[in-house]
Amino acid sequence: MIEHFLVGFALLLGLSGGYLIASTRWRGKRSERPQQVHQILLPFTGTEISRRALDAALRLAKAEHATLMPAYLAAVPKQLPLECAIPAEAAKAMPMLEAIEQRATGQGVPVDARVERGRSYRHALSRLLEHETFDRVVVSATATGAAGFSGDDLVWLLAKAPAEVLILRPGPEDRRVLTA
Amino acid sequence: MDRGHYKIFLGMAAGVGKTYRMLQEGRAEAEAGRDVAIGYLEPHKREETSAQARGLELVPRRTVAYRGVEVEEMDLPGVLSRQPDLALIDELAHSNPPGLEHGKRFEDIAEVLAAGIDVFSTVNVQHLESLNDRVAELTGVRVRETVPDSVLGTADEVVLIDLTPEALVARLRAGKIYPGDNIQAALDNFFRIENLAALREVSLRQVAEEVESKRLTLHVPEQLGTREERVAAEVPQAVGERLLALVRPQPSSQRLVRRAWRSAQRLGTDLDLLWVKPPGKPIEGDVERQVTALRQLASVLGATLLIEEHDDLVVAVARVVRERGSTYLMVGESLPRKGLSRLREPLPQRLMRATPGGVDVRIVAHRGGKEESE
Repeated sequence: MIEHFLVGFALLLGLSGGYLIASTRWRGKRSERPQQVHQILLPFTGTEISRRALDAALRLAKAEHATLMPAYLAAVPKQLPLECAIPAEAAKAMPMLEAIEQRATGQGVPVDARVERGRSYRHALSRLLEHETFDRVVVSATATGAAGFSGDDLVWLLAKAPAEVLILRPGPEDRRVLTA
Repeated sequence: MDRGHYKIFLGMAAGVGKTYRMLQEGRAEAEAGRDVAIGYLEPHKREETSAQARGLELVPRRTVAYRGVEVEEMDLPGVLSRQPDLALIDELAHSNPPGLEHGKRFEDIAEVLAAGIDVFSTVNVQHLESLNDRVAELTGVRVRETVPDSVLGTADEVVLIDLTPEALVARLRAGKIYPGDNIQAALDNFFRIENLAALREVSLRQVAEEVESKRLTLHVPEQLGTREERVAAEVPQAVGERLLALVRPQPSSQRLVRRAWRSAQRLGTDLDLLWVKPPGKPIEGDVERQVTALRQLASVLGATLLIEEHDDLVVAVARVVRERGSTYLMVGESLPRKGLSRLREPLPQRLMRATPGGVDVRIVAHRGGKEESE
C-alpha cells in the first residue's frame, strides 16, 4: 500500500516538475520574440490624397496584416502656439480621415489615424517620427506641389525615417485622388 | 458708494459702428437730462462718428511722453474730478503707456465705475484673450492688445453691434472706415468676406454665452445646497448645448471623436471627451499610446479630454454630465452581448436614466454597420 502511494507521489512530482520546466522555457521563448509594431504610415496634407498611394498602402497593410496609420500634417502659423487648437485645419483633416477609414474598412484594414502639428509639414512629420513607431512609410510624390511635401522633404524623409520608405511617382495621366 | 452701471458695445471688427452707437446712446442720455461727458473718443477721422460727438462735453486728453514721442491719452484723474453721471470711454482694450495709473484702459474704467460713474465703452471681439488665438487662425491677423474675458463678465450690459459682412465691406468701399489709400489693402487682408463671416459668428456666440452665463448666475438661489447641486439644478435650463463623448483608448474611438466634433461644430458647442478608466489599471504600453493619441486629437480639435477613474461607468458619466453641464451624450455602439450580460439593461438606457432629464444620448455605429442611429 505504502509502495503504491510512494510511486504515485513520485509520478505526480515528476509531472509537476516537467510542467514547470516546460512552461518556464515557453515563457522564455515568448519573451524573446521581437515586439513587432506592424504599422504603415501614410502622411498627407491638404484636402486630397493620391489614390495610388492610398491603394498601395492598403494593399501592403492587407498583405502584412498591418494597421494603416494615416497622418494629417498641419502647418501651424508662427503667430500661434504650436499646441493650439486648429479648427480650420481640423475641418480639412477630419473628412479626409473619415474617407480614408471608410476605404480601409471596406478592405478589412484596421486604421489608427493621427493629426500632427508643426511649423511646417516637415516639422510635423519629424514630430510624428519622434513618438510613433511604424515599419513602412508610404508617400506620394504627387502630394508635392504648393500644398504638400517638397522634393527636399522627401529626401529628408528617406534619411530620417526609421523605416522603409515607399515613394510613389504615378504617371502623368494618373491624377486619381481621394477627396472627402 | 454704489458702483456705476457698465455697458459694453461689442463688435466683430472696426467700422461696424460701436463708437457711433455708444455716442448715439450717450446723446440720448444727455437729452434725457443726465450729465454725460466723453472720457475718451477715438473717432478715426470718421465724419459720421465725429458728428455724433458734437455737443457732448469732452474731458480734455492729457499728453504723455512715450519713447520720445508725445501721445494723447485719457485723463483718468480729469474724468474722476469731473464726476459726470455717465462717461463715454472708447476702446477699453487699449494699452496705456508706462507711467500712467494703470497699464490698461479697462483698469481705468474699473476705477471710474468704482467712483460711482456709469460707463459706456467699446471693444472688438478679437481683443478677448480666449478668442485671440482662434481669431488669429481664422483671419491670419493677431491683435496685440488683449483683455481678459472676465472684463465682459463685469459689464452689466453687453450690446452686440451686428452688421452683415457684405454691409461692412460696402461701408469700407464707401470710405466710411479707412481713408482711400488703405481701402484696397484692407479688402485684401482683414476685411475679406470669409474672415468677417467667421468673426461675426464668434461675436454672436460670445454674446450668447455671456447672456447664458449671466442668466444662470442670476437665477441660482443662494440657499440651494452645494455648487454641484446648483449647477445640476440649472443646467437643464441652459440655452447652449455641450457635448460629451465617451471614448476608450482604442483606435475605433477616433471615429466617434470625429463624429462628435462634427456635431459640436454644427451645434456651435464645446466638446468634452471622457474615458472612464477602471481603477488600479496603469496607463502603459498600447493604452498609453492611445491615450496620447486621443489627447493630441482633443488638443487639435479644441476639445477637452477627461479621464475619470471609477469602477461604475454609468455613475462616473452621470457625475461628469452634471459637472460639465452636458446636454448631448455620444457613445459608441456596444459589442454584441454574450452570456449573462444579455440580461442587463443596455448602456444607453442606463445612461439616460442616470443623467439629468433633457440629456440626449446618441449612439455612433461602428464602421461597416449602419451609419448612425439616434
